Amino acid sequence: MSNSTEKEQLQAEVTQEEKKIHKAKKKVTEKDTLEALGNREYKWGFYTDIEQEYAAPGLNEDVVRFISMKKKEPEWMLEWRLRAFRNWQKMKEPTWVNVKYPPIDYQSQRYYAAPKTDDDRPKSLDEVDPELIKTYEKLGIPLEEQKMLAGVAVDAVFDSVSVATTFKEKLAEEGIIFCSMSEAVHNHPDLVKKYLGSVVPYNDNFFAALNSAVFSDGSFVYVPKGVRCPMELSTYFRINSENTGQFERTLIVAEDSSYVSYLEGCTAPKRDTHQLHAAVVELVALDNAEIKYSTVQNWYPGDKDGKGGIYNFVTKRGKCAGVNSKISWTQVETGSAITWKYPSVVLQGDNSIGEFYSVALTMNHQQADTGTKMIHLGNNTKSTIVSKGIAGGVSQNSYRGLVKVMKKAKNARNFSQCDSLLLGDRCGAHTFPYVEVNNTSSQVEHEATTSKIGEDQIFYLNQRGISTEDAVSIIVNGFAKEVFRELPMEFAVEAQKLLGVSLEGSVG
Amino acid sequence: MLEIKNLHVEVENTKILKGIDLSVKPGEVHAIMGPNGSGKSTLAQAISGRDTYDVTNGEIIYLGKDLLDMEPDERAREGVFMAFQYPVEIPGVTNSYFLKTGLNEIRKHQGLEPLDAMDFLKHIKEKAKLLDINTDMLNRSVNEGFSGGEKKRNEILQMAVLEPKLAILDETDSGLDIDALRIVADGVNRLRTKDRAIIVVTHYQRLLNYIVPDHVHIMLEGKLVKSGDKKLAMELEEKGYDQIKEEYSSVKAKLEETV
Repeated sequence: MSNSTEKEQLQAEVTQEEKKIHKAKKKVTEKDTLEALGNREYKWGFYTDIEQEYAAPGLNEDVVRFISMKKKEPEWMLEWRLRAFRNWQKMKEPTWVNVKYPPIDYQSQRYYAAPKTDDDRPKSLDEVDPELIKTYEKLGIPLEEQKMLAGVAVDAVFDSVSVATTFKEKLAEEGIIFCSMSEAVHNHPDLVKKYLGSVVPYNDNFFAALNSAVFSDGSFVYVPKGVRCPMELSTYFRINSENTGQFERTLIVAEDSSYVSYLEGCTAPKRDTHQLHAAVVELVALDNAEIKYSTVQNWYPGDKDGKGGIYNFVTKRGKCAGVNSKISWTQVETGSAITWKYPSVVLQGDNSIGEFYSVALTMNHQQADTGTKMIHLGNNTKSTIVSKGIAGGVSQNSYRGLVKVMKKAKNARNFSQCDSLLLGDRCGAHTFPYVEVNNTSSQVEHEATTSKIGEDQIFYLNQRGISTEDAVSIIVNGFAKEVFRELPMEFAVEAQKLLGVSLEGSVG
Repeated sequence: MLEIKNLHVEVENTKILKGIDLSVKPGEVHAIMGPNGSGKSTLAQAISGRDTYDVTNGEIIYLGKDLLDMEPDERAREGVFMAFQYPVEIPGVTNSYFLKTGLNEIRKHQGLEPLDAMDFLKHIKEKAKLLDINTDMLNRSVNEGFSGGEKKRNEILQMAVLEPKLAILDETDSGLDIDALRIVADGVNRLRTKDRAIIVVTHYQRLLNYIVPDHVHIMLEGKLVKSGDKKLAMELEEKGYDQIKEEYSSVKAKLEETV
């Protein structure tokens, strides 16, 4: 099946969904619609009944050892985990964030769950548990179809263990390594030893330390010198097991003059209880290398009363280690009960570039405290921040960003733009920009706006035949356009499905 | 086509329209004239369905259907169009996308296939040519950074693209210089057909030099106090609203005496 046919099919489904919604909502007033948009049912809330192998709840050194043993890890990996765990025990959970949640009982969580098929890894999709395939089909991203989607190779993480890795051979021809972190530990120990923790050390922060101790799996990407990765690399994460914290660990290394674009998509089923997701993503770009990292995150946000939902406490950081290197984060965050993350770039190499494009949508009781950190160390380093926060229901949406220019970073440049859009009057938008400039040759610009979706805008679209619900989508979409433009084409349909926002111009 | 009977409208509990009767047939152009605050824009808003305008009495029948029973977007899909006095800006949404979405909603309602990007482009270019409008406007965000004249031309372009059965121009002439006024009026004239009714709401007679109406109605204090043909507009130009007001109050006084 061709890419366009696939897209058309998805498009048709979306249209069908929209029709249904439209019919049901025909009579509602604007306020009701804003409410309805916030209260929309989580469509991806299903549960896959696959036998799991659990670690006992709780966290101690034995659990760390159990995880390492289950994964048949070498001694050095276990040692690293234990160092992280011992550090974590001494650390305190941070409290400065602008979100509220009840204390997390780390001892009641399970830290390992793997599909039973772990010992007998499927060699092809045919060997994958049909239940699992069904799960992906419900997501609208069947793996088989995805293989054929133009240039997308998928390393699917189902709970903690990778069950299918596709396109590996083709990538191998180019010398590109794209595999699960567990495989990398076994097959590429030198690379893992060299780079794991080199951007986010195991004692970086409370959640990063926790992740380092118990990380389950994740993706590893290595692009050798001078290679331009011929396809978008993609991982779909899914939290499936009840009360299982999900601790992915992703590491991407781009050697000199290489390029890679990586897509991360997330969906999790509904649960009444809150689930903790504390991932770590590390990116390393060497001389003249470029990494583009895109995320569409729609973890379960909890129900309309704020019950359940994912706590998404993630550490994402990239290091522009080489000269003229570039790292670009693009994120569309619509899910999770709480999102707490700051994809950052350390601009170490001279002339390196860091970018952050973000749309964070919060509805109902969702809370988001997200933004970025741009740390300028090298000369002539440049960073761009474009953040679009959209808040509805009784949600709270905060942008928090740090631009830090060190003394030696001559002629550093930063441009930040943070816009907030409010849907209704019970939600909140906040902006916390921190700027530290330690030399006189640098230039930092910051722009911020807050606006409320206008009744007159909605009426104007109504008067041209567009329903209120579509009108809201169109206005929100227009607001977030600068960021959507940065998303790779492969994500366009996905983002449209997840956001319920029609993506202007980029599809059909 | 349009039958308005005894229409009463309130805005935030203030009575604005106090019993409007108006009958409009296909192909006709009606001008509603009146001084500021007489309620002429309220009539336009009430027909298009703005929810801050409460209809407390009366009815609006459009093509045999009860218009008041429909949401604003349904009215639009049924062919009711209003050119806004103050067109609204929608940042980040291109004019062409906005218009394509609207047009396809209307087509869907009519049981027609949606136009794809290519066909739509053809359609809109045709209309722009007809109205002598530069197509640069299409790729800009809806009304964002448009001059007053551009905004009004954009309204007329939308009218051309959406091909309404009933078009209401709400003070389309306000804020336009004479050249812009002529372009807008020419556009409207080109969109006059035997099936399409047009209601022109205006304060000044000058627009009616370019768009020649079949009927002219004068609104005062929420009522249509005088109706006639285009001569009435000229009479108004000569005498001004004051004289009409005087006539109206003396008539009103007499009426009150007889009651």
